[in-house]
Amino acid sequence: MEFAELIKTPRVDNVVLHRPFYPAVEGTLCLTGHHLILSSRQDNTEELWLLHSNIDAIDKRFVGPLGTIIIKCKDFRIIQLDIPGMEECLNIASSIEALSTLDSITLMYPFFYRPMFEVIEDGWHSFLPEQEFELYSSTISEWRLSYVNKEFSVCPSYPPAVIVPKAIDDDALRKVATFRHGGRFPVLSYYHKKNGMVIMRSGQPLTGTNGRRCKEDEKLINATLRAGKRGYIIDTRPLNIAQQARAKGGGFEQEAHYPQWRRIHKSIDRYHILQESLIKLVESCNDQTQNMDRWLSKLEASNWLTHIKEILTTACLAAQCLDREGASILIHGTEGTDSTLQVTSLAQIILEPRSRTIRGFEALIEREWLQAGHPFQQRCAQSAYCNSKQKWESPVFLLFLDCVWQILRQFPCSFEFNENFLIMLFEHAYASQFGTFLGNNESERCKLKLQQKTMSLWSWVNRPSELSKFTNPLFEANNLVIWPSVAPQSLQLWEDSEAYLLK
Amino acid sequence: MEHIRTTKVEQVKLLDRFSTSNKSLTGTLYLTATHLLFIDAHQKETWILHHHIASVEKLALTTSGCPLVIQCKNFRTVHFIVPRERDCHDIYNSLLQLSKQAKYEDLYAFSYNPKQNDAERLRGWELIDLAEEYKRMGVPNSNWQLSDANREYKICETYPRELYVPRIASKPIIVGSSKFRSKGRFPVLSYYHQSKEAAICRCSQPLSGFSARCLEDEHLLQAISKANPANRYMYVMDTRPRHRVQSWWATQKDIGRIIVRISSKIWNDEKIRESDEKKRLNAMANRAAGKGYENEDNYSNIRFQFVGIENIHVMRSSLQKLLEVNGTKGLSVNDFYSGLESSGWLRHIKAVMDAAIFLAKAIAAESASVLVHCSDGWDRTSQVCSLGSLLLDPYYRTIRGFMVLIEKDWISFGHKFSERCGHLDGDPKEVSPVFTQFLECVWHLTEQFPQAFEFNEAFLLQIHEHIHSCQFGNFIGNCQKEREELKLKEKTYSLWPFLLDDQKKYLNPLYSSQSQKSAVLEPNTVSFNFKFWRNMYHQFDRTLHPRQSVFNIIMNMNEQNKQLEKDIKDLESQIKQRKTKQTDGILSKELLNSVRPESPALKATLSLKEQALLPVNNVLRTIEGSSPADNRYSEYADEFSKAEPAVVSLEYGVARMTC
Repeated sequence: MEFAELIKTPRVDNVVLHRPFYPAVEGTLCLTGHHLILSSRQDNTEELWLLHSNIDAIDKRFVGPLGTIIIKCKDFRIIQLDIPGMEECLNIASSIEALSTLDSITLMYPFFYRPMFEVIEDGWHSFLPEQEFELYSSTISEWRLSYVNKEFSVCPSYPPAVIVPKAIDDDALRKVATFRHGGRFPVLSYYHKKNGMVIMRSGQPLTGTNGRRCKEDEKLINATLRAGKRGYIIDTRPLNIAQQARAKGGGFEQEAHYPQWRRIHKSIDRYHILQESLIKLVESCNDQTQNMDRWLSKLEASNWLTHIKEILTTACLAAQCLDREGASILIHGTEGTDSTLQVTSLAQIILEPRSRTIRGFEALIEREWLQAGHPFQQRCAQSAYCNSKQKWESPVFLLFLDCVWQILRQFPCSFEFNENFLIMLFEHAYASQFGTFLGNNESERCKLKLQQKTMSLWSWVNRPSELSKFTNPLFEANNLVIWPSVAPQSLQLWEDSEAYLLK
Repeated sequence: MEHIRTTKVEQVKLLDRFSTSNKSLTGTLYLTATHLLFIDAHQKETWILHHHIASVEKLALTTSGCPLVIQCKNFRTVHFIVPRERDCHDIYNSLLQLSKQAKYEDLYAFSYNPKQNDAERLRGWELIDLAEEYKRMGVPNSNWQLSDANREYKICETYPRELYVPRIASKPIIVGSSKFRSKGRFPVLSYYHQSKEAAICRCSQPLSGFSARCLEDEHLLQAISKANPANRYMYVMDTRPRHRVQSWWATQKDIGRIIVRISSKIWNDEKIRESDEKKRLNAMANRAAGKGYENEDNYSNIRFQFVGIENIHVMRSSLQKLLEVNGTKGLSVNDFYSGLESSGWLRHIKAVMDAAIFLAKAIAAESASVLVHCSDGWDRTSQVCSLGSLLLDPYYRTIRGFMVLIEKDWISFGHKFSERCGHLDGDPKEVSPVFTQFLECVWHLTEQFPQAFEFNEAFLLQIHEHIHSCQFGNFIGNCQKEREELKLKEKTYSLWPFLLDDQKKYLNPLYSSQSQKSAVLEPNTVSFNFKFWRNMYHQFDRTLHPRQSVFNIIMNMNEQNKQLEKDIKDLESQIKQRKTKQTDGILSKELLNSVRPESPALKATLSLKEQALLPVNNVLRTIEGSSPADNRYSEYADEFSKAEPAVVSLEYGVARMTC
């Protein structure tokens, strides 16, 4: 397919652009296969380059011959274009609509983008699992790197290399995989050097209604505990939801079969509940006319900060089990690709000083989100302005970034990166010229040959000129565990991101 | 001392306020003439000034002892458990007596002795000179003069002696107007904007009734209007809101007729926006009662503006609700926000801010003078006048200027600090957080304009601490006349010099005085810019605060930068000296001899300086981490270095981890 077929009117003159924080600009509007460009063509300044993939929704309005297109972006910006001529306006609108909803991933901009900068370090090779394992290898003797998933045959959403207990061989892993949702058998997520305790993550056990068991699963989980030690299984779902899951073949670990483990249920919401929360939040942030009472009740009704509190609390609980109770933990929800990852990654931010550095945080995202199989393609397909209400669209990653921001606010000197770094990651997760966040897991990324065909976000970010924008000048390495407060009075709305129209 | 029966109780438990698992500290409780002191097992001291105590409550006896809950005016809440009921009862009774004094002379300020001699004390009181301040504003001038009408407090007891009025307003006009205004508080100058030639004036409501007129009052307003050559109209701002008048109207059938007439006139008036309608009716309700607002017909060139700030009683109960919500253990996010909403607190803060913004715009954009009043002109009027001046004049955003502003618009114009803060055992209905709201508005401005203020949040908190502490004389009494009668300047000390001595603590490291020259602040009052002021209402609940302070770090960096800049200058001047010597040397052909012996010396000074730098850094850091008496920030650092799980561990103790 040629993009040209979708572009009926490639160029319109005398278009007026309105957007927050900037004066209106009159100029020429151009549509390309991937960008909407508006330039006044004065002083060679670029007024607007907008990726079509960043467009969440558009509205059209007509007053006489003057058409107006309101573009609502996935990064919550709202921009307005006044276009003279009804036909031009309709053409532009339909082109934008078509170009912003292309089905095929291979037509996305990252496959066409050619970097204008010199690549110093190829980001695709910056955070290989082997290297990450190397960092631990001196201290962890009970664990090994397994390539059982080399062909993505055991678990389609896992990377080829995972860290598992040494005592468990690959055959056992294959058996455990059949007992766990999506084949996601328990793997190591984090090793706490201080006391040798670990965080593992997995999918839910497929116990079903008749209480199915799997000896290998029990063996694997128990193999991670030293004699006489206890562990905690944190199920991110409330007990009743976990019980309901049994009817669909899922379920939870029976304590009788895992005698050294105690189970704790938390309630982190998922899917459309989060998406609706985001939609409500952004909607009330965009309404500047409302009075105080209305604003406060809408903020409350959005439940956004309740989700933040719940996620942070669970992460703190996990960190507390590890650091204070000296107990290992296993975390899962249903699939183990959403709330599970929020908790494992935030617990590491709290416990592990390295994950508060720029490189360490990048490694964390690579390890706990990208390789761990968070389905970015599905979750970030639409943002706060969409009406599609698809079950798989959900701001799970944004909530994670918001939680990191909350901790950053409480420990402003313990992070090497600043708020802009988090916002940048948010923007690139939704629309980007880089291939990093394309696809739903490593297997899809391999099939798309992203490493060969696209540029990694890390190749761009990890250059000194970019890093300087994301560095926190107040950073002072802090080797302690950082315990955030999760009281409602301590949590704040992340305006720069959620409501950045109003800033 | 006659109220103190028990001075020391051991084995007292201090409960953690937000703990759901009854976490506590055990220690000893001491009762002194001025303070309640708790020393825990780690020798950490908690001092509570008796004057800060708002309420003491003895709860039902439990197995572990007798609970005693103390709520303080600075928003500290402590929950003790005293092992023996008799001790608890003794302390309870003593605190009831000690926290509510009957006479001014029993307040702390009259016994507080910071070891200064009389001359120092007097200098302290002379630190803020309001005559100087009016001179700074540019009055007296050709349009405004100092009036001696109230020199002996004959016209208005609650005004200061020295008042500035329009030059063309004669004494009979002033006297006439004062009789027409509630409590004799006639229109006087509060702030003069030199470049716009416009003024902020303040007064109380007119006692006009339905038909009464006061020609003198109309003259005085005309005089204020004429004193502004830049603009021919002026604004009169009535800061009051809608009362519950609708029902009141229904019962007043006999005057219903008049209302219809007046409201139809209002409807026809194009200038009046619909939203003002209710507020106008309220003001008219007041007017029917003999009090009210100025009849527009009788005042030409005057534009009336109504803003809706609620009265002291609404504000008191609003704060009460807010504190109740925030004291809840295990508060959920939704309960917090619905509580915040139903308390209405932020709505009230926004109303005050909106009024001040209107005032500042009228002066800055239209060069129009504004007369502000509410009922008595000492609560809402003080809020709006002072906040408006703060928006207009960068001077009031400095440490010293802020002190002047409080002296002028609050203390001298008779904001009833003693009644509003409940210094003495008096009418609880007179207590209201009017000044606290003013401080909160200023805090919101510091959040929106982080570079515009010379002072930081700690300064605002410290002032709030002292309006209730009664440790200094500034806020004792309800008006200047009363303060003179109490001989406060002879018997007590002024707060301001002590704050100035400690100035370093209160400096905002981001302040940029250059960019603020003559800048009018135009805050954004979209609802979501108003946030809950955690550091005020939870200032003693340190588990809720950020664990690291950006402010402290920036302060340290600034300090280092200054040192480095000084070093650069020193070195540069040394280089210069050497260069001149070199050129001399070339001339005298003694170059080699003169250079060699000198360079090691230069190196030595350089390395010395480098060494000197590091300790500066370390010293500051230790201060931050080790002195608990210093301020809250040090406590965070303390907690932080221990890395104890704070709130989290309390809520999710191991006991609750079973399912």
